[in-house]
Amino acid sequence: MKIVVCIKQVPDTEAYIKINSQKTSIEESGIKYIINPYDEFALEEALRIKEKLNNAETAVITLGAPRTQEALRSALALGIEKAVLIPQEDFILDNFSSAFILAKTVERLGYDLILCGKQAIDDDMAQTGGIIASLLNIPFVSLATKIEFIDNSQIKVHREIEGFTEVFKIKLPAVISAQKGLNEPRYASLMGIMQAKKKIISEIKIQDLGINPENLIKTKLTRLEYPSPRSQGKILDGDLKEAAQKLVKFLREEAKII
Amino acid sequence: MDILTLGEIKNQKLTRASLEVLSEAKRLANGKKVINVLIGNNLKDFSALISSYGASEILLIEDPSLGEFNSQSYSEILVNIIKEKKPALFLLPANIHGKEIAALVSAKLEISLISDCTDLKIKDNLLEYIHPIYSGKVIAAYQSLTSFQAAALRPNIFPLIEENPNNQAQIIHLSFIPQDNLKIKLLEVLKPKEETLEISEARIIVSGGRGLKEAENFKLLEELAEVLGAAVGASRLAVDAGWRDHQYQVGQTGKVVSPDLYIACGISGAIQHLVGMSSSKCIIAINKDPEANIFKVANYGIVGDLFEVVPLLTEEFKKILTN
Repeated sequence: MKIVVCIKQVPDTEAYIKINSQKTSIEESGIKYIINPYDEFALEEALRIKEKLNNAETAVITLGAPRTQEALRSALALGIEKAVLIPQEDFILDNFSSAFILAKTVERLGYDLILCGKQAIDDDMAQTGGIIASLLNIPFVSLATKIEFIDNSQIKVHREIEGFTEVFKIKLPAVISAQKGLNEPRYASLMGIMQAKKKIISEIKIQDLGINPENLIKTKLTRLEYPSPRSQGKILDGDLKEAAQKLVKFLREEAKII
Repeated sequence: MDILTLGEIKNQKLTRASLEVLSEAKRLANGKKVINVLIGNNLKDFSALISSYGASEILLIEDPSLGEFNSQSYSEILVNIIKEKKPALFLLPANIHGKEIAALVSAKLEISLISDCTDLKIKDNLLEYIHPIYSGKVIAAYQSLTSFQAAALRPNIFPLIEENPNNQAQIIHLSFIPQDNLKIKLLEVLKPKEETLEISEARIIVSGGRGLKEAENFKLLEELAEVLGAAVGASRLAVDAGWRDHQYQVGQTGKVVSPDLYIACGISGAIQHLVGMSSSKCIIAINKDPEANIFKVANYGIVGDLFEVVPLLTEEFKKILTN
């Protein structure tokens, strides 16, 4: 059972995001990068499956700048066995081309189960898992909250949707995207961290995959801007009953919502 | 340009998000055709409504096996239709099923996809797609480099057009042969332990944070929500504390919501919460701390203890809503 986890390094949720002067990208300086929080659930699930099945191998891959090595190193420290970095170099990639490169890499590594986060919290596109599945012609379930093995070739996946839980039966290989609730990610042990330092992160170059990413780009980012700030509202204090009455009146008569 | 839209049926009803997609398609079509696809079982009752939202063609793909969602068969059907109809644009709702389908279909066709779009503009004869990134800390504009393109539209953002009961869409039944070697199958849909409204498409959300102090106190918010027909949301802190299930979490690692009304109770307004709800049309904040960040985005704020304010609000709303 080969499990491949696709991860992405993203700015910390608390990061202050500053747009560059060309309005084409964000300023990277001063930003703390973390493993995309949803990818942590994917990593944890890979480890749990490995611990449950006796024949599972785990690998983690990422596409990105040299700094993404840290993310791979953290995944190794958690117990993932193999890490592959695909250096992004100077290309500006979109979702399709990135997912295409990841799909080709996964193909090269071999796979039975591909795990990723439900979306990266930087571009919030939620496309990568689905595109990889589509390109590899295998099934896809997003936002998994439970994965159970039926046997070596089939799994059951739960996902929550509008308060209900859908339960799917899926033939492997498959792509599953992870959501909060799937598991409780572990922290790396000191031993894990020490061992990870000695492990080798292998590199696969985009060119070595026989890909010219420029031919794969489908979408162009044209401009970044800040959202328009909300105008300052009205603050009520003092008598609370009066305030509540005023508020209800406002919602009915001015905002016309109620 | 012809526009293809996907309608979505839940509980034997066409979802509001589908009608929003149709409305936006009609606005963009500028005289060209809007073709709406419906996939499912027993679909004939929906045509009149779709027609009144201005569709020129309605394609119905009906089969008992399509009565339940199946990303593989749904996306294969759509890929075939798009190849045949060659629409310039494919639009669908950006909810869980919609985003899954959008990624699968666009990849198969190798076309551009913008997920969770909040605006579409025509600029220099090209479509410009607006999509918030970093959970809304930044707004990004995109253009497609492919002539066919797809976008999933965020629910609750695009206004509905006026219905036109006189519009007569052409209804076309497409044949469908069920596959017996599907790689994915929906086995069952488990009902929630208790009936609660989902937050991502709710018109009104009452949300609670640290100020609630413990799980049981969410009862106060539930009472207010019941009067308003609202869903109950929660901040990350409330979810991490185990007071609410994660599917009700609003914010960067939860859901991004845009209801007509968002009532934040005892939520201080950490950036990762604000980005999840600041596109709500109207925000009400209730917090003891007058300096709380949440007041910066609120249209109306009440400085006070939520344990006093929320019951007062419930009572006031009851008065006007039960009359």
